[in-house]
Amino acid sequence: MERFKFILLRPLQMIPVLFGVSVISFFLVKSIPGDPVRIMLGSRATAEVIEAVRAQYGLDQPIFIQYFYFLYNFIQGDFGKSIIFKMPVIELVYERIEPTIFLLIYSLIISILFALILSIVAARNQNKIIDQIIRIFCTIGVGVPAFWLGIMYMIFFCITLKLFPVSGYGENFIEHLYHLFLPSLTIATALCPVLTRNLRSALIYEMSSDYVNAAKSKGLNENYIFKNHILKNSLVPTINLLGVNFAWLIGGTVVIETVFSIPGLGSLMVSSIFARDYLVVQCVTIFFAILIILTNFIVDIITALIDPRIKFE
Amino acid sequence: MKNINLKPSLIAGFLILFLWILIAIFANFIAPYDPNVHDLENTFQHPNLKHLFGTDNYGRDIFSRIIYGSRIDLQMAIFGVIFPFIIGNLIGHISGYFGGIVDSLLMRFLDITMSFPFFVLVIAIVSILGPGLKSFYIALALVGWVSYARLSRSQVLVIKNLDYISAAKTLGYSNVRIMFVHILPNSITPSVVFSMTDAVLVVLLGSALSYLGLGVQPPTAEWGVMIAEGQIFITSSWWMCTFPGLAIVLLALGFSLCADGLASILNVRE
Repeated sequence: MERFKFILLRPLQMIPVLFGVSVISFFLVKSIPGDPVRIMLGSRATAEVIEAVRAQYGLDQPIFIQYFYFLYNFIQGDFGKSIIFKMPVIELVYERIEPTIFLLIYSLIISILFALILSIVAARNQNKIIDQIIRIFCTIGVGVPAFWLGIMYMIFFCITLKLFPVSGYGENFIEHLYHLFLPSLTIATALCPVLTRNLRSALIYEMSSDYVNAAKSKGLNENYIFKNHILKNSLVPTINLLGVNFAWLIGGTVVIETVFSIPGLGSLMVSSIFARDYLVVQCVTIFFAILIILTNFIVDIITALIDPRIKFE
Repeated sequence: MKNINLKPSLIAGFLILFLWILIAIFANFIAPYDPNVHDLENTFQHPNLKHLFGTDNYGRDIFSRIIYGSRIDLQMAIFGVIFPFIIGNLIGHISGYFGGIVDSLLMRFLDITMSFPFFVLVIAIVSILGPGLKSFYIALALVGWVSYARLSRSQVLVIKNLDYISAAKTLGYSNVRIMFVHILPNSITPSVVFSMTDAVLVVLLGSALSYLGLGVQPPTAEWGVMIAEGQIFITSSWWMCTFPGLAIVLLALGFSLCADGLASILNVRE
């Protein structure tokens, strides 16, 4: 019963956080030095046009009222117009979502695969040489800058071996898989050490628990215990771990998209910063925040479905 | 068993960091060339005995630029950690010690800050304040405090109920005195261990920002800037990107070895 209550009530927790995200994003753009309307319209706009736009966005009102204007537009999905692309920001962002999501899922799959293999090998050979090697790999790996690693892969795979294209996104699904392989591999290798470390300790923790001892004393085969009991019980910590690292993953895509010139949200954000296209920056930031809130929500729901002990606080 | 394995890591970590600090202090004695002088007769030199790591498109010596770059990257690691450390611990202690409405307000604010992706929020703030190291430090201080606040708050929640704190309260000590003289020395350990891991993140973040052009500006010799400058020439001159990146890896390794070693000695689980 408790967990149904949890699943029903959990979405309500998102409301105050979303509200907070809107407040912070609002003040982020408010704190830009200079007149936003003048920045938006360029230097050649006449005084009448400026006044009209100012009234349209409610910028002649006190800041509180301005916030409610913003919130009203926010709920309707109106984030203003891009000064560079001369089109609604929301449409611009919508066009760029696909490559970013593709990259996120692709690199998530690769990194889970790597991390699972490495952590299982490490945990089953605890304190042996192979475990030490994996530990050293993880210690060095956390400190490797992803953008540099991407360039190193580029030099090796694209220039020396000529296996992959240096940049771009491709036309169809197969081409996406091909073009985004190196970027995903880059993000995965950078994320893998953190995942492996935590998964290894989760596995070792499960291996030393009472139910494993009980199963062993019943005379069950060690491989059987590992596959059917330990791995299953490590599922919840793994999913939680992915939730925690999702924010990091998004940060990674922003830089990697720029390194490999992928037409996604991250590269849009970076180019908009240089173009002083602040409304685009704001919209991408909000989009990423909502993505994280949703991920945390999904992680909580999955955890609640798997683990009946979770209760609503 | 674990302790025996990890103590060498602390020593190795300290040695690496000590080495970097020495390099940063004595950069002008170690570097064979001026990091910013153009030498147009010696552009794109392969790594050789005269130029250990080769030269770039202006003929600047990569080795010397990495040596001088250590000053900026070390400075980033130190300032990028200190401000969030102080602010986070202050908020965490106030929140945990006083509890009630102060606590729930601060913690809601923390939840909201954490729902933004860390890196995205930092570059959004930097983009508004304008590129540069000062903006980077301000952005980190505004965003990075959350980890320290959470760590120290959970410590304070446990410690404030211990007998010696009740004793201090009975003696009539002020809240400020109890917080800073009696609680702080016991609650700060996890934050200190985390600050080493945080330093790794800050170095990576700072160099990534400079790589994107939002941090340290060229022609200053900073490792991220050097990688960005080198990326244009990767088809012909692999050494321009490779060596500055290795420098970042080596500095980050120093911090993460220290983090591992400290965590095992002080018995802190990350």
